[in-house]
This record gives sequence, C-alpha cells and structure tokens, in this order.
Amino acid sequence: MAIKSFGGPIAAAGATWAAGIGQALAYTGERYNLPLGVTEISREVHGLHMLIFWVCVAIAVVVFGAMFYSVFAHRRSVHPKPADFHESTTVEIIWTTIPFIILIAMAIPAAGTLIKMEDTRNADLTIKVTGYQWKWHYDYIGKDVAFFSTLSAESNRARQLGSGIDVTTVPNYLVDVDKPLVLPVGQKIRFLVTANDVIHAWWVPELAVKKDAIPGYINEIWTRIDEPGTYRGVCAELCGRDHGFMPIVVQALPEDEYNAWLAEQKGSEVAAAPAATASDAAVDAAPATAAAAAAEQSPAPSAGAPAADEPTAVAAADTETPSAADGGGDDSGEAMAAGEKIYSANCAACHQAGGTGIPPNFPSLVGSAVTTGASEELLSQIIKGKNMMPPFGHLSDQDIAAVATFVRKSWGNDASAVKPADVAAQR
Amino acid sequence: MANAEAHHDHAHGHDDHHHGPDKGIMRWIKTTNHKDLGTLYLIFAFSMFFVGGLMSLVIRAELWEPGLQFVDPEFFNQMTTMHALVMIFGGVMPAFTGLANWMVPMMVGASDMALPRVNNWGFWILPFAFTLLLSTLFMDGGAPAGGWTMYPPLVLQTGEGFPFLIFAIHLMGISSITGAINVVVTVLNLRAPGMTLLKMPLFCWTWLITAYLLIATMPVLAGAVTMLLTDKYFGTSFFTASGGGDPVMFQHIFWFFGHPEVYILILPAFGVVSTIIPAFARKPLFGYDSMVYATASIAFLSFIVWAHHMFTVGMPLAGELFFMFSTMLIAVPTGVKVFNWIATMWRGSMTFETPMLFAIAFVFLFSIGGFSGLMLAIAPVDFQYHDTYFVVAHFHYVLVPGAVFSIIAAVYYWIPKWTGVMYSEFWGKVHFWLSAIAVNVTFFPQHFSGLAGMQRRVPDYAVQFVDFNQVSTIGAFVFFIAQFIFIGNMIRCMAKKGEKATQQVWEGARGLEWTVPSPAPYHTFEDPPKVNDEILGFPSHGKAH
Repeated sequence: MAIKSFGGPIAAAGATWAAGIGQALAYTGERYNLPLGVTEISREVHGLHMLIFWVCVAIAVVVFGAMFYSVFAHRRSVHPKPADFHESTTVEIIWTTIPFIILIAMAIPAAGTLIKMEDTRNADLTIKVTGYQWKWHYDYIGKDVAFFSTLSAESNRARQLGSGIDVTTVPNYLVDVDKPLVLPVGQKIRFLVTANDVIHAWWVPELAVKKDAIPGYINEIWTRIDEPGTYRGVCAELCGRDHGFMPIVVQALPEDEYNAWLAEQKGSEVAAAPAATASDAAVDAAPATAAAAAAEQSPAPSAGAPAADEPTAVAAADTETPSAADGGGDDSGEAMAAGEKIYSANCAACHQAGGTGIPPNFPSLVGSAVTTGASEELLSQIIKGKNMMPPFGHLSDQDIAAVATFVRKSWGNDASAVKPADVAAQR
Repeated sequence: MANAEAHHDHAHGHDDHHHGPDKGIMRWIKTTNHKDLGTLYLIFAFSMFFVGGLMSLVIRAELWEPGLQFVDPEFFNQMTTMHALVMIFGGVMPAFTGLANWMVPMMVGASDMALPRVNNWGFWILPFAFTLLLSTLFMDGGAPAGGWTMYPPLVLQTGEGFPFLIFAIHLMGISSITGAINVVVTVLNLRAPGMTLLKMPLFCWTWLITAYLLIATMPVLAGAVTMLLTDKYFGTSFFTASGGGDPVMFQHIFWFFGHPEVYILILPAFGVVSTIIPAFARKPLFGYDSMVYATASIAFLSFIVWAHHMFTVGMPLAGELFFMFSTMLIAVPTGVKVFNWIATMWRGSMTFETPMLFAIAFVFLFSIGGFSGLMLAIAPVDFQYHDTYFVVAHFHYVLVPGAVFSIIAAVYYWIPKWTGVMYSEFWGKVHFWLSAIAVNVTFFPQHFSGLAGMQRRVPDYAVQFVDFNQVSTIGAFVFFIAQFIFIGNMIRCMAKKGEKATQQVWEGARGLEWTVPSPAPYHTFEDPPKVNDEILGFPSHGKAH
C-alpha cells in the first residue's frame, strides 16, 4: 500500500535536512553568521548567540530525534497495535521543569550582558546621531564638528530603477557613504540617537549597536572599538521609500589619526563659518591637542545632559561646512556644478536625478510653478519644508542659493538665479 | 424568514427531514447556516492567500538580484505592507474562522452557531473591508507603505489611502469580534449533554481561548488606529512628538494587540494538530489536560510579553529585563505541547495520509520557528537580530509551515466530511512534498542573510546577499505554484468527483463530526447527540473526570 512507504521518506528527509544545516553552517562560516565584531560587547553578544544556538540544536536533536524515530518505528506496518497510554503527571512535570532550568541558565548571562550594554556612564566622547529621510547627521558634541552622511553618489546612481549600471561593479554597493563617521579606537563613545522626521534605527553589526532613532526621544547607547577599520551598517527601521538607501559607515582610527582628522574638520569649519559664536570661535582657535584633551576630560553626563546638549547641536548644524563655497548667486558652470552636487546629496532621493520626482508625494520640479516662479516660495519650501519634504534650513545661504539656482536652470527650466542674500532675506 | 423560505425547498434537501437552502446567489448572501458560512470564509481566505501570495512574488522577484529591476521602492514597501495585512487579516484569520464555523457546532453537538445572523454579518463585512483595503493600491499616493505595524510618524505620510486603511481595519476588527463572540457563546452554551469542558475536543478549546484573545485585543487595535486617524486629520497629537505626543506609545498599544494576535494566528493551529495526530497515530491525545492548561498559559503570557517586539526603542533596563524573562517563559508551555504531540505519536500505529504529513511537518517546522523565537527573546542578542531577515525567517516559519500548514491539514482532514468525496491522496502527497521542501528553500536561507546583516523591508541589498536571496526566490515561486495542486484537489472534491467518503472517513478519527453521514447534512444535531468517552476519543476504560 502506497501509504506505508511514506514513513521512511519522512525520516530520511529529516536526517538529510539536519545534515544539511550542519553543512551549511560549516560551509558558510562567518559569512552567514552573526559577525564576531570588534568590541567587548559584540563578542559577548556573539557568545550568547552561539550559546543559545547550540542549546536549541541540542534540544532539537533530542526532540526531533524522538519524533522521527517514532515516525519510523511506530508506523502501522511495523507496529500494528497502538499502545493506549495517554497521560502521565510525572513526565509532564519533568518536561516542564527541565526547560525551565535551561531557561534560567540562559537568562543569567543574558541579563549580565544587557546590564553592561545599558551602562552609558563615563563616556569619553559623545556623538549625536540624527536620522533624516534618508540620511544620517552626526554631531560631535562639544567639538563643533557636524555633518550629514548620505549614500555614495556612485551607489545612488546605480540603484535607480532602470539605471543600466551593473551594481556588482560598484564598490561597496549600498553600504558606502560620502562622508563616514570617524571614531577613535579605545575610547568609550556614547551615541545620543534621535530622528528628525520618522523613526529610523542606527545599526552597525560589528559594534553590536542598534538603537531606534525616534523623533522627540534621545536614546543612549555606547561602544568602545578595539581595532581600527571600516565598519558598515544600515538603517534597520522602515523609514519610507529610501529606507534601504541610508547606510552607515564607521571609520575607526587610532587616537592620533582621529585627532588629526578632528583638527582638519575644525580647520575647514573656521574658514567657512563666519557666523560662529564667540565661544565657538574660541574653541576653534584652540590647538587640536587642546581639543583632544578636552575630549578626554569630558564629564560624565547626567540624565539631563542630552537636553542641555541640544542648543550646541543646533549651533553646530548651522555652521555646517558649505560644500558650495562661494559660488552661489550666479549661474556660471562652477556654481551650477556646486548646485548639482548639493542636489544629488539632498534632493535627488525624492525629486530624482532628472528632477521628475515621483508624483504625487514627490512632485516634479520640471516646469513646476514653484520651481520656476518667484524665488520666495521655492526658498521658503527649501528652508521650512512642506508636507513630506523635510526642512533644509541647516544648509548655508550659499548652498541653498546654489541648489535653487541649479533647479531653476536645469532640465529645461529657465528662471533667474538666486543670490545668498535672497536666502538670508527669506529665513 | 430564512426558515419560512427554507420550507419551499423542503423536497430538495438530501435528507427529507431537513430543510435545504435557498437557490443561487441568494443562498450565499442570506445564509445563516454555519456550514455555508464556513465554506464562504474558507473560499474568501483562499482568494486572499492568492492575492497576498502574488504580492510576495513581486517582493521575491525584485529581490532576485541587487539593484532595482521591476518596481519603485515605494511600491515595494506597499507590497510588503499589503502582503502582511492581506495574509494575516484576510488569509489566516478568516480561514480559522471558517474552520470554526464548520467544525465547532459539529464537534460540540450543536445544530448551528449560537448567533447565526451575527455570523452572516461577520462574514459579509470582510469582502467590503478588503475591497476598501485593496482599492488603496489605485489611489493617489498608493497603498499604505509604512509596514503592517503602521508605526507613526511614517504611516501618517500615507496618501489618500490612509482613511481607507483605518476603516478597513475597523471592519476587520468588527468581523473578528463577531466571529469570536459566536464561538464563545456556542462553546459555552450549546455543548451536547454530558460533554464537560474537559471532554471538549481540543480544537474547540484552542478556539475558545483564541476568541477571548480576539475580544480582548481587537478593540485595542481599533483604538490605536483611530488615534492615528485623528492625528492625521483632526489635529490631535497622540503620537506626534512635536505636539507633545509620543510615537513610542503607539508601539506599546499596537503590540499589546499584536502579540496576542500572534497567538490568535497559532492557537487554532494547535487545536487542529491536536485533533489530527491522535487520529492517524490511532492513540488518544497524550496529556489532554496539560494541553488545555498549556494553551491557557500561553494565552495569559501573551498579554505580558508585548514589548519584546520593541527591545530597540530604548526602554529602561528593568523593562527590557522583564520582557526578556516573560518572553523566555513562553517556551515552557509551548514545549509541553510539542512534547505531548510526540508522546501521542510514540508507540502509536501511524499511517501518513496527507493531513498527517502536514501535521508532522507542522510540529517539526513550527518548532524551528519556536527555536528562533527563543533566540530572539534574548534581548542583548535581539539587538542584532531585530529588523533583519532573521526575524522574517522566524515569523514565516511559525506562520507558513505553522499556521498555514495546519489550515491545509485541516482542510484535507475534514473535506471528505464536508463534500462526501475523498480528495486524491496521490496529488495530496505531491502537494505536501513540494510545499514542505519549497517552504524550507524559501525561508531557511533568510536566517543566514539576516545574521549576515540584511535588514528587513528593503527592495535592494548589498551584493554579498545575492546567493541566499536567489534560493529564497526560487523557493517562493515553487511554493506558490504548488498550491494550485491543492486548489485543484479541493475543487475536485467540491465537484463531487472522486471516491465516495464513508461516514467514518479516517479509521482513527474520533469526535461527533464522524457520527454524521458524509457529506454532513445541511442541518446536523437538531436533537442533541449522546456522547461518551469512546466517541470523543478518550480511552473508554476511564479518565477520572
């Protein structure tokens, strides 16, 4: 009878399947497992992961072993007369108690690691991470260094629908940014994670750090990186159309290289930020070594500290390094190039490289009345945002003028150029 | 009125002492018969499985290789969101309600559900709800794309479809609650004399507990989405931080519904499997009482574990510890159930007809989903797993070879009773093996891509994930195509083509449904049946109740 012959195949399939998992694990090794990571915490997390995994495997072998043995040995053709036992309080107690004990054995180390992960006290460096649709903003609190980090231009071109670009030729496709987050190794770094528009999540697997970035909340998380290197992560919480296109790149440098990098960042800031406040200027003028010393002396922040940090953050964002230098206000080739650069970093995700947008949420800029009409409405929307469009007031007058000029003179649009003074008047 | 009209059809009924239904379309629109409504629910559920399945194929096709090939990211997000809503609210939940409609009255020896008109209403809300929901695909701004979890502020960016989403959810909630109330009243009031609660078939028990979960949590969901509606259109700020609201509060409210919802999707499956395994092992269910208590414990725990879906939102340490420990506890009663099923098989005399194959695959594959669930419960490691394909693999293991396999098993098991015709065992087995292999090919690799760092809900990915995504896509297409074998097999039964089924159908099957002819007459048990341990599948030499 056909039915009888199916017990064997089930047992065989079970065995093959179990062997298959083992093989897959051996074959894929690190590549398809959780990364070991480069921090003490990430290694502990990896250890917990492997521990619970092997506990599950052990239970599975026993339980599925019993089940497939029964499927094989207690099929009707070999075991025609069923037993009729149907309850046993003793075994019920046993198989309630044993799992309970296993769980307690798991819970203790898990709780230990969790407590360590949540201890954000005594940080050496604090970085505010803000999620935007669809990019990250990093603010080195008290260091007057702040910048946006967006998907690299190369990846961004390749990832467009019908781009015709073979993405395998793009280095680090989708996990590369224009400006990575640079961090020193060996320091306890605290991240204050928040968002500007919708919820995002900042995740770098090698650091075992994942925290939701929520508007109105400032979440804390920390790391201490052991080895210099480049560590890549992604936004983990669905945040809209380009959720998959706002990667994170962390570049961990030895402390002296990090300090040099920081000094360089400040250097460009001093040159480009005439609007900096007196106290900012004083810090800017200080030698880089002093800034590094200040980093080490940074006091342990109390619970109220994040709120107190807010004004600093705003100030730093305002003094953002303008990439368009001083080309705004005319429509020379140079100015248009600067405008295009700002456009592809800030606008192209929604309004598309060709300015066509994705109606109705992301309107087309080609021939649009707002784009080509009087500049006031255009500038107001750039600065304050509208509907789904976030405000871009953090960009400098020059940058906004350059990008406004770019959109007013591209794709067949032919409206007048915008001057930085027009932008200032609109603020 | 139904009664009066039914008199005209007196002569058409199969049994001359029962009333037949109306003819034509009006039979289905006006029907208050639990069997008709069960059929309607099941047909509706399978059409939604088809729609949701097509959406998953769009997703899998786009993920075949990195880069964007077919759809815009916004449309991709609409597909993931709608796939989940359609499968959960349109597929699994109505399918289980359909099974409850067909089987609960027959299992407890009642002539119909306790509230037949409410039953009709509950079903006919659904086509309207899903017409509203699916119509959003054609609106300005498209369908909702913020995920089925509808987290604000993102969901508030939905276009014109937003109020349709909210209203559709309200309607689905009303439908679920009416179905749930009907099950509770039927089970508690209409049992045949002599059927005490602890002699009741386990499918009725798990559905009774599920019904309480539905009644407790659906209004919570309705409240949450109503607050979204007023936030978007009436200037409130429940979840808007800039107005003094709290976006995280939505997540707490949503998951207070959402976690019990997970058990709403799986407890009836436990009932199905607890019915099928004893039948084909020819041995009474092991540990009946502990099965009931385990189900109740799972239901209770489901109310105190919700925040394990949100370990990364930045809860206080004490909250994270509490939700980690309570979540781990769920493994205990769930383990008891799995052990009991295996003990039922142990030293039985098993045959492996299609329902049994699906039931065994359920125990095996659902447990794999349970293991990954245990891993996800460990909060510090969950930070790594959260919102990756590891989670996608986990919940698809419990929902597809879990809930969906149990629905398929139940249909194979009972369709001879429903139609009076045996399905094709050969094609049933082909369907099983294709499905069981394809489901693993689809979802097992997702564990690996998740651990390697691929996040959920993205239309495009870094090139190192390509191999496992391609395996997954192949599996998904095979799985989808394999289901047409099932549909064909069922249509064959409904067309009454095939071997005629006996009253008993399965040698080892126990329960009142097997004491009526196949197909079951339009009206059953107008006089309460007599029950005894032998009929109900308890060992007749006695159980001290």
